[in-house]
Amino acid sequence: MSAPEVAIVGIGIHPFGRHDGVSGRAMGVHAVREALGDAGVGWSDVDFAFGGSRDGGNADAMVADLGLTGLPFVNVRNGCATGGSALVAASNAIRAGAGDLGVVVGFDKHAPGAFGSDPAAYGLGAWYGETGLMVTTQFFALKIQRYMHDHDITGAALARVAAKAFRNGARNPNAWRRRPLSEEEILAAPMIAHPLTQYMFCSPGEGGVALVLARADQASRYCDRPVHLRSAVIRTRRFGSFEVFSPGLALERADSPSVDAARAAFAQAGIGPEEVAVAQVQDTEAGAEIVHLAECGLCKDGEQEEWLARGVTDIDGALPVNTDGGCLANGEPIGASGLRQVYEVVAQLRGRAGERQVPGDPRVGFTHVYGAPGISACTVLSR
Amino acid sequence: MPAQPVADGLFTWPADQPRLIGSRCRECGVVTFPAQRSCPRCTSVDVEERLLGRTGTLYTWTVQGFRPKPPYAGPEEFEPYGVGYVELPGEVLVETRLTVADPDRLRIGMAVELVIVPFGDQVTYAFAPSEGDAVDASRA
Repeated sequence: MSAPEVAIVGIGIHPFGRHDGVSGRAMGVHAVREALGDAGVGWSDVDFAFGGSRDGGNADAMVADLGLTGLPFVNVRNGCATGGSALVAASNAIRAGAGDLGVVVGFDKHAPGAFGSDPAAYGLGAWYGETGLMVTTQFFALKIQRYMHDHDITGAALARVAAKAFRNGARNPNAWRRRPLSEEEILAAPMIAHPLTQYMFCSPGEGGVALVLARADQASRYCDRPVHLRSAVIRTRRFGSFEVFSPGLALERADSPSVDAARAAFAQAGIGPEEVAVAQVQDTEAGAEIVHLAECGLCKDGEQEEWLARGVTDIDGALPVNTDGGCLANGEPIGASGLRQVYEVVAQLRGRAGERQVPGDPRVGFTHVYGAPGISACTVLSR
Repeated sequence: MPAQPVADGLFTWPADQPRLIGSRCRECGVVTFPAQRSCPRCTSVDVEERLLGRTGTLYTWTVQGFRPKPPYAGPEEFEPYGVGYVELPGEVLVETRLTVADPDRLRIGMAVELVIVPFGDQVTYAFAPSEGDAVDASRA
């Protein structure tokens, strides 16, 4: 007997942004209740759960609010890939026959401002943080600076990515930044890390997302338009990839973990990048979206400049990217961020994305997250 | 008494010609910085200390525009500083502070050399444009 396939039959979200007086865990509970309601099931029907948060406390503590049913609830802590890792684990649990119905949840609540990081937690000397080299925004600037040099990408392309994000965010009731910004405003904003200005970076924020997973052969019980999770893959960095929090890098360049994860996700799904009708890729800053489009196999290196000029990645373009406004418009509550992408693709494939709905009845979607210290998680979804 | 380095084992100091301290794998030859006790490429634990070259080229760069959160221990009065990766030929790329923080005076491929600079009451390593390869801001 072959392993069961996996479908997503319920999605829930707590709006992203700043919510004074609401705990991260409460946002997670809100998202779980919404996802359960979407699937038409109760918490007592759930066989297992995986969840995570960086700064919002233990995910499994939410059983106190949701109900003490005794189910196995595993906490996941894997940086920006927290949500992706929880999804992989839940998917594997269904395939392994450990349960028929599972919940995946991610939430977070971060202090304002760029993340501070503890060198010791990454196996690095204290000097690395003390002398001002351990800053994620710096890494992204260093990476895009080289990429722009190698592949003739301009500052105008960076501004176009950010302007698109805020345009899309304006159409998304769950987004944080809902005011469109012009390319001129974005380019004129204070320089955070050359060549990236303030409006080209996302901000740490707050929010929660939950998904209900079921065996695909049972999905019609819960949902009239289930979305199949065709693959979910995590990878860490290999020797030679250009990664955040690296005091030294190899002379030789290897593919990034995003390349590895995307390639494996497409291979496992039996679906090629050319079939993707809607994609969410990690846009921690505007340059990251440009780099990740190529790393995920969705375009060629250097092609992004022309794509952005032509609006290929707009909602009504040939390959809509970050249709919900991405990290730039939603902010980045780390535990929730990767699952937000999956939420968005499921909403799009069901045709329920409202004002930001991709036209043409999209059937295949893709998600990608990237984070410290060189991890990536990708999914391929289809209807 | 000379100022103390920000960490032991990072660079030779005091020294007329200071060098960064890396390591080299005796099995596959890969050089790493800072020194580590195993090889990230071939997984061997047979590694030796290696003093790295003092000159290289700028692989990429940026300018840090805001004061980082702790554990950053630089001056309260924040001044933007340059950061880059320097390619030491045949060895390794090293992440470093740059003595130049003006985008018009930085370009990928420029020649740079190791210097030891004050950092609070300690010293740390940085790279500075090599003489003769400084970018003329008026022409950039």
